[in-house]
Formats: sequence, structure tokens, C-alpha cells
Amino acid sequence: MNPTPAAAIEFVNVTYRINGNRTLISDLNLSIRRGETLMLLGRSGSGKTTTLKLINRLLAQSDGKVLVDGRSTTDWDVIRLRRHIGYAIQEAGLFPHYSVEKNVALVPRLERWEPARIAARVREVLQLVGLPYGEYSDRYPDQLSGGQRQRVGLARALAADPEILLMDEPFGALDPITRAELQHEFLELKRTLSKTIVFVTHDVAEALMLGDRIALMDNGKLKGVFAPAEFLRSPDDSVQPYVNAFRATRQILNSGA
Amino acid sequence: MSLPEFLAAHKREVLTLSGEHLWLVGVSMLLAVAIGVPLGIALSRRPALRSLILGANNIMQTIPSLALFGLLLPVPWIGARADRLAILALTLYALLPVVRNTYTGIAGVDAPVREAAVAMGLTPRQLLWQVELPLASNVIVAGIRTATVITVGVATIAAAIGAGGLGEFIFRGLAMVDNNVILAGAIPAALMALCADFVLGAIQRSLVRRPLRIHH
Ligand SMILES: Nc1ncnc2c1ncn2[C@@H]1O[C@H](COP(=O)(O)OP(=O)(O)O)[C@@H](O)[C@H]1O
Ligand SMILES: [Mg+2]
Repeated sequence: MNPTPAAAIEFVNVTYRINGNRTLISDLNLSIRRGETLMLLGRSGSGKTTTLKLINRLLAQSDGKVLVDGRSTTDWDVIRLRRHIGYAIQEAGLFPHYSVEKNVALVPRLERWEPARIAARVREVLQLVGLPYGEYSDRYPDQLSGGQRQRVGLARALAADPEILLMDEPFGALDPITRAELQHEFLELKRTLSKTIVFVTHDVAEALMLGDRIALMDNGKLKGVFAPAEFLRSPDDSVQPYVNAFRATRQILNSGA
Repeated sequence: MSLPEFLAAHKREVLTLSGEHLWLVGVSMLLAVAIGVPLGIALSRRPALRSLILGANNIMQTIPSLALFGLLLPVPWIGARADRLAILALTLYALLPVVRNTYTGIAGVDAPVREAAVAMGLTPRQLLWQVELPLASNVIVAGIRTATVITVGVATIAAAIGAGGLGEFIFRGLAMVDNNVILAGAIPAALMALCADFVLGAIQRSLVRRPLRIHH
């Protein structure tokens, strides 16, 4: 029997090019530990989304290997791989013709769970993201606020209890108060669920607050991986602008108080 | 003789010709949908085919219907019978709105919705049947609706090649310079078009189960 590999996700010398010439990701090496929340931080256009999509094979690398649970994503059956990985995005991408209940039930239904088990799971997972089943199950996405849609998106990603969760700026389009609310709930959630989470953000504060580690990306390259405290202390040139921006915000806030 | 008198006197013929007309339109539309919807789906999968097929279809629509009937005359099995010929020509006319709307409807599915579906592990077939077709269905029905209304009208020309239908009255009336005879064909055809428009319109509206958001 294979021992469970320590890394849930591993990038080995991964390069991603489009049309054979433009390089969006170059020679990425990154190991994501089982159960950790890794924040992919970088400016927009730095290749965070591309990196995320290489994990569930929405994109296929040009070179190198991406391992999920120790197995190359090219060796996985791609449908199995994707159902094993939850995915939540900024626009939520809910099916507009499905009720909340049906949206959340999607992957368990595809996986042919028993109807009673699906119903129980939908209830449970909606509760988990703070949406009482009775009030929301019959609504359609266009009857929800942005924050509620995000919650449903998260519930849908969690429904089949995947070990890995990919989140692409899930709170990026929310108003600041709703965002703060969801960030706090996310912290709770990640404690109770202990899943491997890869979370894309361009917001330093969010990265520092939610992440166990921060992977900094710039122009398609990984600049380093830091624990939040390390990140704040790092003398690294590519880290500095982020830390400065973060400090500047805090100073303004402090001087105002 | 007034129009009501004419209609009363020719009741049987009006019914027979309406039946023929309905048959020509019905069969052509079934064929157009059976061919057009899969073709539209194929286009959404292979954008390279798009300009080719839509272009060919557009050209088809510019050929005057009478000329198209004539052009199809030499086609072996088809040319042998007037109704086959008429049905083929009507199908070709009806194809463009069906293909185009199927394609447009599928292409109009929001990118994040499609991306989430793929990322959740839907197979291409599940993506088509559970996401793309349901979300495109009202646009597809709108295409079928347009095509049906056009076909009811164009089918009157089928009488010119002896395929029957309400065009019989129209051509006869033109030859006799008798407006009543023309109207005996034109009015049932117009009613047929209105009915088809109404029924398909109702189906189309019922398919927009949720008032879909317009995305920015
Ligand atoms: N399909 C594509 N074709 C061309 N360029 C792309 C494509 N997808 C992404 N890019 C480019 O790749 C770079 C990285 O994109 P992305 O991974 O989305 O960045 P991020 O998520 O960090 O904002 C950007 O410069 C973007 O413009
Ligand atoms: Mg991005």
C-alpha cells in the first residue's frame, strides 16, 4: 500500500504557456501540505488563477508535473479529480435555473448518493455556511444577495466533502462589511473542517488573516512561501511593497483612532 | 359571391388544403429542428465551422423560394415528388433561425456558470443537457418560433410546383383575378401563422422559469 503522501498538492517544475510562446507560469515548484490553507497572493495578472486551474486541470501545464494526493493530474480520471476537489469562484457561478437546494446538491447527485443522504447533506452544509435551510433552499440565485450567493457557492463546493478546496477571490466582489463577515466565518470553517485549501487573493490583509502560509506570485513566478509572521518580517524585495501597503493602511487606521 | 359565401361553398377544399399546408409545415419544422439543433450544438463546440455553416445558411435564405424549388427539381429521389421537394426547400429555409439561435443560446451561457460546471466535474454530456440546453432553451424556441412563422408563409409557394397547401387558392385567385379566392388561401395561412406564433411564444415564456439576470 502507498503511504499517504505528505503533500496534498505538489507543483514540480511546472510551466504553462499559451499558443506555445507566451509563458504565464514559469518553472513553478510548490508543495501544499495536507490540511493547510495556502494563500496565493499577487497582483492581478500575476498568474494566481492560472495556477489554481492547473490543480483541477481546467488548464493543462505545458511542462512539469502537478501532483494531487501524490498522483499526477494527468494520471487521474479528470472527472474524478474534479469531483474530489471543491471549487469556489468570485462570481459564484451558480446555475441560474437551479434552486439553492439543487445547486448545492449538484456533485452528490452526480456521484449518485442516496436521495435521503443528499437531502441531509444539503441541510447540513447550508447550515455550515450560515444559510438556514428552510428559508433559502427554494430560492433561485437571482433572489439572493451577493454575499448569500457566495455562501451557496461555498456550500456547493463543500457538498461532497472534498478533501481539497480551491477558492478564487471568493470574497472579492463583496461589500467590505459582508466580506469581513464571510472572512470570519471562513476562519471558523477552516478550523472545523481541516481541509487543504488553496485560496487566491490580491489582498494582503486577507492573506495575512486567513492563511497558514502565503505563496507570493509575481509575473508568473513564485517569489517565496511565508508564514504570515515571516511575511511581515521578510526583507525580500518582492514582499516589501505588500508589507508597506499593509502597514500604511494600519497607520492611517491607528492615527485616526 | 362574398368571401364568407365562397368559404362556405368550398369548406371541404379549405380544410383539405389547410391540412396539406399543416403537413408541409409540420414535417419541414420537425426536420429543421432535428437537423438544426444538433448543428447549432456542433457549432458551439467548433467555432471554426461557424462562419462556414452560418454563411451557407445565409446564402440559402437569399435564394428566392421559387428559384430554390426549381433548383432542387433535378435532385434524384427528392425531385420525383412535389411534396418531397417542397418539404426539402422549406426545411432549408427554416434551418438558419434554428441553427443560429441554438448556437447563440449556448454561447450566451455565462462563462462563470460554464466554468463552475466543468470544475464541479460535469462530463461534456452533462454540461450540455443539464446546463447549456436548459439555459439556452428559450432562445432555441424563439428560433423555432421565427422559423415556423416564416415557413407557414413560404409554404404557400409550394403550390406553384404542385405540392398543394393553401397556396393553391392564392395562385388560382391570382390567375382568376379574384380577391376572394386569394383571401380564402391567405386568411387561413395568416391564422395558422398567428396560432403557431402564439403557442410557441407561450412555450418560450414558460421556459424562462426565473427572470434571468442580465449580467454586466
Ligand atoms: N486565455 C488566456 N489568453 C491569453 N492570456 C491569458 C489567458 N488567461 C490568462 N491570461 C493572462 O495570463 C496572465 C495571468 O492571468 P491570471 O492567472 O488570470 O492572473 P491572476 O489570477 O493572478 O490575476 C495575465 O497576464 C492574463 O492576462
Ligand atoms: Mg485571477
